[in-house]
Amino acid sequence: MAATKKSTMQKTVVKTDIAGQTLVTLRTLTEENPASLETYLKLGGYASLKRIVTEKVKATDIITEVKNSGLRGRGGAGFPTGLKWSFMPRYFDGTKYLVCNTDEGEPGTFKDRDIIRYNPHQLIEGMVIAAYTLGARVGYNYIHGEIWQDYEFFEGALQEARDAGYLGENLFGSNFSFDLYAVHGYGAYICGEETALIESIEGKKGQPRFKPPFPASYGVFGKPTNVNNTESYTSIPWIMQHGGKAFADLGVPNSGGTKIFAVSGHVEKPGNYEVKMGMPFRELLALTGGVWKGRQLKAVIPGGPSTAVVPAAAMMDVTMDYDGLSKARSSIGAGSMIVMDETTCMVKTLHRLSYFFYEESCGQCTPCREGTGWVYRVLDRIVNGQGKMEDLDLLTDISNNISGRTICALGEAAATPVLSFIKHFRPEFEYYIQHGKSMVDGK
Amino acid sequence: MLSPEAIANIDYELTKYPANQRQAAVMSALRIVQMERGWLSKESITEVAQYLGMPEIAAMEVATFYNMYDLHPVGQYKVTVCTNISCMLRGSDEIVNYLQSKLGVGFNEITPDGKFCLKEGECMGCCGGAPLMHVNNTEMHEFLTIEKVDAIIEGLK
Repeated sequence: MAATKKSTMQKTVVKTDIAGQTLVTLRTLTEENPASLETYLKLGGYASLKRIVTEKVKATDIITEVKNSGLRGRGGAGFPTGLKWSFMPRYFDGTKYLVCNTDEGEPGTFKDRDIIRYNPHQLIEGMVIAAYTLGARVGYNYIHGEIWQDYEFFEGALQEARDAGYLGENLFGSNFSFDLYAVHGYGAYICGEETALIESIEGKKGQPRFKPPFPASYGVFGKPTNVNNTESYTSIPWIMQHGGKAFADLGVPNSGGTKIFAVSGHVEKPGNYEVKMGMPFRELLALTGGVWKGRQLKAVIPGGPSTAVVPAAAMMDVTMDYDGLSKARSSIGAGSMIVMDETTCMVKTLHRLSYFFYEESCGQCTPCREGTGWVYRVLDRIVNGQGKMEDLDLLTDISNNISGRTICALGEAAATPVLSFIKHFRPEFEYYIQHGKSMVDGK
Repeated sequence: MLSPEAIANIDYELTKYPANQRQAAVMSALRIVQMERGWLSKESITEVAQYLGMPEIAAMEVATFYNMYDLHPVGQYKVTVCTNISCMLRGSDEIVNYLQSKLGVGFNEITPDGKFCLKEGECMGCCGGAPLMHVNNTEMHEFLTIEKVDAIIEGLK
């Protein structure tokens, strides 16, 4: 069952400006060849795994450490990772699975890509530690198909880890064995939803499963499965190396550790910024070089389009952590921050977003399948000068009727931008309907 | 008939799954055959289904669900431009307009010489490099400018 396929790609990275950042999951970026195994070993990589396995550290102790770290799921839901791990059945007669979700497809989300291409071994170590803790025998890292070169690169990193004895049979001479494979998507946002992702691993169309049963009892091939986000697993080796408390202390109460913010849109230097949880938005914006072209900030989507848009005035006082963004009536989501300057037409932006959710709805639940298409058609007629004033209430009504009436969270995700854009920028929508053109660009 | 290379690559993917779960490899198998043949005909999908011992309709469901599978010919080079909001905010419209006039085709059309097909893409999860495009599902080109697009297209001729 030995899989061998080595990537021939060499990964070089331009030295990143890391001033002001606190690197945990991207910590190899301080080095010349961040993705290499040598670099990772030099930074103490795989030492925690070796200690855990050879000293037979108890699974319950590891889970306690992860709980103490305050780590919450970095894929968007923010569920405490340690608590999730405690849901996996301890005793099970058969194979348990471990799954990593590297399926980034929500606009503005590109943080996990940098982990697999710049720090793949820390992810691998995190997954092996999780597998040891949860008794998983086989793992899959599901990577979206669009980043094909990075997928192949990660397959090469896996082979390096196998060759070095960090994956496979009887690790460090123990009776613990774990095989880890990379598998790929091929263009479906919905597969970022954990049960759709599991369906996809099984070779099916990615339609979410009804929960319960949760993956911890019925996951891949019907077996107990733990699913976490890439950034979550990648935090684990640091936590085991430095202790849960040290990780928690990097952040603020209720939001332990660091977070990668993937910043796109109208900033001078788009990219990933790993910072301490609780950093004021102003400081994070300054790290990115600020709003581009010397323009004024108009609005920010802080965590990806499934999180509510926040107007500039409210955003300037926000701290970037779970509670800080809840207070702004939004959410940290996956940390996918989209910055919009004063020239942005919110009607056209929402129009494009609504097409995305319509296109990506899996079609399983009627409110989402029909509702996302309806929302798009209404917005489409508005941007084509055919809108009616009552359309704004109609959009709100449709969105409210999608929310809470679907199997998975795509329904809410599609409704949230519509509701928040109209709430905060209603005059722009009214202007567009009255004049048949944008208030912002006059077109 | 699947080629020996395709079979070898599919067999490699099968090593990732339990022996009684051959269907799990269908995502890769369809990708492998598409990369070799340029697109997926019904016959190709049938061959994949037969090789994996799964119902043809189940393979067809997968091929039609995921948007990177091409169920129609896409020319020698499929160029997919993301137009979702992170790219839109950084000028993907300009890139699309330029490509359409340069290649003389609209979305989902193939140039008369069969070289290029232009597609509109959804988010590819690389938004820090916006605007961006993808060639043949494998090569990602980021931080696009008109000059860069020219160089990429010239390089493909």
